[in-house]
Amino acid sequence: MNQLLQKYPQEIQTILAKYPADRKRSAVMPLLHLAQQEPGYITKQALQEIGEILEMPITDIDSIVGFYTLYHEQPGGRYHVQVCTDLPCALRGADEFLKQLCENIGIKVGETTPDGMVTIEEVKCLAGCHHAPMFQVQGDGDISYHEDQTVESAVELIAKLRDRKEAA
Amino acid sequence: MSTYRILRHRDIPNIASLDVYRAEGGFEAFHKAVAGMQPSDVLNEVKASGLRGRGGAGFPAGLKWSFIPNNLWPHYVVANADESEPGTFKDREIMESNPFQFLEGLMLASYAVQAHDAYIYLRGEFWQIAKSLDGKIAELEAAGLLGDKIYGTEYSLRLHTHLGAGAYICGEETALLESIEGNRGQPRLRPPFPAVYGLFGKPTVINNVETLANVPGIIANGTAWFREQGTEKSPGVKVFSLSGCVNKPGNYELPLGTTFRELIFNYGGGLPEGRSIKAIMPAGASSSLITADDRALDTPMDYESVAALGSALGSASVIVLDDSVNVAWMVSKTVEFFKHESCGKCTPCREGTYWMSHIADRIVKGDSRKEDIDLLNYVARQMQGKCLCALGEFSTMAVVTGIEQFREDFEKLQRS
Repeated sequence: MNQLLQKYPQEIQTILAKYPADRKRSAVMPLLHLAQQEPGYITKQALQEIGEILEMPITDIDSIVGFYTLYHEQPGGRYHVQVCTDLPCALRGADEFLKQLCENIGIKVGETTPDGMVTIEEVKCLAGCHHAPMFQVQGDGDISYHEDQTVESAVELIAKLRDRKEAA
Repeated sequence: MSTYRILRHRDIPNIASLDVYRAEGGFEAFHKAVAGMQPSDVLNEVKASGLRGRGGAGFPAGLKWSFIPNNLWPHYVVANADESEPGTFKDREIMESNPFQFLEGLMLASYAVQAHDAYIYLRGEFWQIAKSLDGKIAELEAAGLLGDKIYGTEYSLRLHTHLGAGAYICGEETALLESIEGNRGQPRLRPPFPAVYGLFGKPTVINNVETLANVPGIIANGTAWFREQGTEKSPGVKVFSLSGCVNKPGNYELPLGTTFRELIFNYGGGLPEGRSIKAIMPAGASSSLITADDRALDTPMDYESVAALGSALGSASVIVLDDSVNVAWMVSKTVEFFKHESCGKCTPCREGTYWMSHIADRIVKGDSRKEDIDLLNYVARQMQGKCLCALGEFSTMAVVTGIEQFREDFEKLQRS
């Protein structure tokens, strides 16, 4: 039974309708985004199911998951706090911000809090250079931007994220 | 009326709502085109305006459209909303705050080349913008501005959003097409060019968001109006993204040909107290570095003048470096970026960015050998002219010009 198809019949129809009927493969990225929404990463089963829907080899789908950084191959925290440390952000203190944030939360870059809620990551440019330090939060099927941050405001936000019980 | 042409939301509240946008003259250009102009008239008007691509290359938009052959169908238009160049954040503001002007431009481009489907490729991080645009597109369908038989004519058009998932390379237009087709975002060998063999193997026009946002004004007000601003060869206004060591970073809509000095000191509020300007990167991480002397500061920011300085205007993402910044550190940051974003398809870029990052890192950490500065320069020069797409070439710009202009910054970090 294809659980993805069962769970999101409407969404999948809408996605497939965007592309020519003989170009179903185009739907692979939106379907991966959809499959990742709940578990927070791409499960082996999801690869299988997307392969069935799009009649596409699983190795091809896996290579796409590996290529794009927003798809996660392993389970991480429910929320990924992704801090940009590229040049324009670094000129406004992003490296030091990330270092202090990690020290405050007590984990290293790439690690997840013991409760499994928050993973802190270092990422490339997010188009928020004028509001650095800044980061995005990926989780619960959404991505939100948090700009003009201080270590204090970020610590506070992470505490709130860790308190969340139900999916927003 | 707005004093702005692109960032009109800054003095027209709620222009992101369809009613307000229409009350301000929105979709009059689209109506004028679809109900009363031949597609070729629209194309010729944009060609005559001299509008140049705002994504980086500065290629004339109308000319690009004119390459679409009329014996191969269907045609597609793709909006490049993959804005990922470090230092660039203008398309995001346009799509967030003045979305209908961008959509109208996309619709006009589609009409001009008679495309019936157009795609908006957004970087995956613009998740919320994509959701918002989906809502705007639905509103336009409900209002009869998209769909079948628009304004009672035979013309039909549908817009679709497509989200990427975190890959800078997808801003390169053929990699972007691969990504929409469900492949890894790796550039294609050219020719054939997208105008002939583009999306799904069909003739395709690809334009940047800001380029498209310029089109409604040109069709509504004409070429002479468009050319009132800017220079002869670089007409119109540009949204400059200003970042780095300045007091007021942000987007500034100014005529092309405004000087660096005006942007940085008049609009950007200058540098923080006690700091002085050292260098300018006019095109984000892809820039050839410009030493900020008086001649450079008084250079007009248009495509020709910045090229004459040995750099390029690119997407006009101006990063300011002050006297506290070590250029070797800056270089280590940019090459680390390109190493991460290299798609791995061609060897010079995949290996070259890896080695440049490795050596630059060594220099910054104080672990370098005496010959490392020359080695870094040598690797960069070996890559030039040999990469499959512009990413590889861009990755060498800051390296070569940084060593050329600020070699002492690299030497300072070496063990004596």
